[in-house]
Amino acid sequence: MPKATDGKPSILRAGAKAPNFTLKTTPDQSVSLEDFRGRPVVLAFYPADWSPVCSDQMGLYAQVMPEFKKFDAEILGVSVDGIWSHLAFSKERKLNFPLLADFEPKGEVSRLYGAFEATTGEAARALFVIDKKGVIRWSFLSPDGVNPGADGILSALEKLE
Amino acid sequence: MSTPYVPPHLTVPVGARDHTQGSAHARVVLVEYGDYQCPYCEAAYPIVKRVQRELGDDLRFVFRNFPITNAHPQAEWAAETAEAAAAQGKFWEMHDYLYENQRSFEDPRYFAAFEAKLGLDVGKLTQEVERSAYARRIEEDFSSGVRSGVNGTPTFFVDGIRYDGYAEVHPLVAALRNALKK
Repeated sequence: MPKATDGKPSILRAGAKAPNFTLKTTPDQSVSLEDFRGRPVVLAFYPADWSPVCSDQMGLYAQVMPEFKKFDAEILGVSVDGIWSHLAFSKERKLNFPLLADFEPKGEVSRLYGAFEATTGEAARALFVIDKKGVIRWSFLSPDGVNPGADGILSALEKLE
Repeated sequence: MSTPYVPPHLTVPVGARDHTQGSAHARVVLVEYGDYQCPYCEAAYPIVKRVQRELGDDLRFVFRNFPITNAHPQAEWAAETAEAAAAQGKFWEMHDYLYENQRSFEDPRYFAAFEAKLGLDVGKLTQEVERSAYARRIEEDFSSGVRSGVNGTPTFFVDGIRYDGYAEVHPLVAALRNALKK
């Protein structure tokens, strides 16, 4: 597991094999990273559901979905919120991709990717682009409070081709 | 180990297709990616006006569309309306009116009265909005924003570099004056 030296997460980097995981997305549905083998996956860790509306990272990704689809990429949002929060948040923001609950044990998958902020008990805003063989090809840890947007993801997906 | 933070750059330079205010020879350019139904853009609207007054002839202002329609169901209609007005030479009048009347978005008749007052061909405008005549242009704006690091609205660029400060008069003016010195 990546070590955090100063309380800041140290995320997995390009070249590392993406650790597999299984997380709940609805009360009776789970999603595993391996389900998407053969397609690129974008993993977007974020601190919490219900951040302010217009600069909301997940809402932006829903809007950018047609661009992600050009690369046949699947996007998965991950936070430590529970499934009921995810369901309500997803409905309210009209999200069109799964949100995964890294809820129990709390932050376990975020930790696997080095994307857990121990000081806040939340996931960091960390992005991973994983290729169809399950290898991380790009990762990015956003500065505190900065929505990382989609430009880095799209550039990384382009380079997979 | 960590690389210094570099703000994203505008990937599609300001050009003939853009809606601009101010001289083409102005020394500094402010680009806004905005959504007509976004409350933060509404709040930024009078701020940009003040910034324009402060900078005067030194500033060129550009507006590009970034409608986040999953959050703002009227944003696309509003962007289409502004573009249709632009086709009749009244972009900025409509841009301003939309931001000044965000609360009346549910009532298109309210806007039709203004369109008539502006001397626009209301029938043509309504028909263009109904068939989303400018959808491609709006998409192009959105897409150029996404590729330039626009992650919400409003997002500003000062001389092509994303402005990450507060959308307030003094910090914006300071950033623009700083760019003038370069």
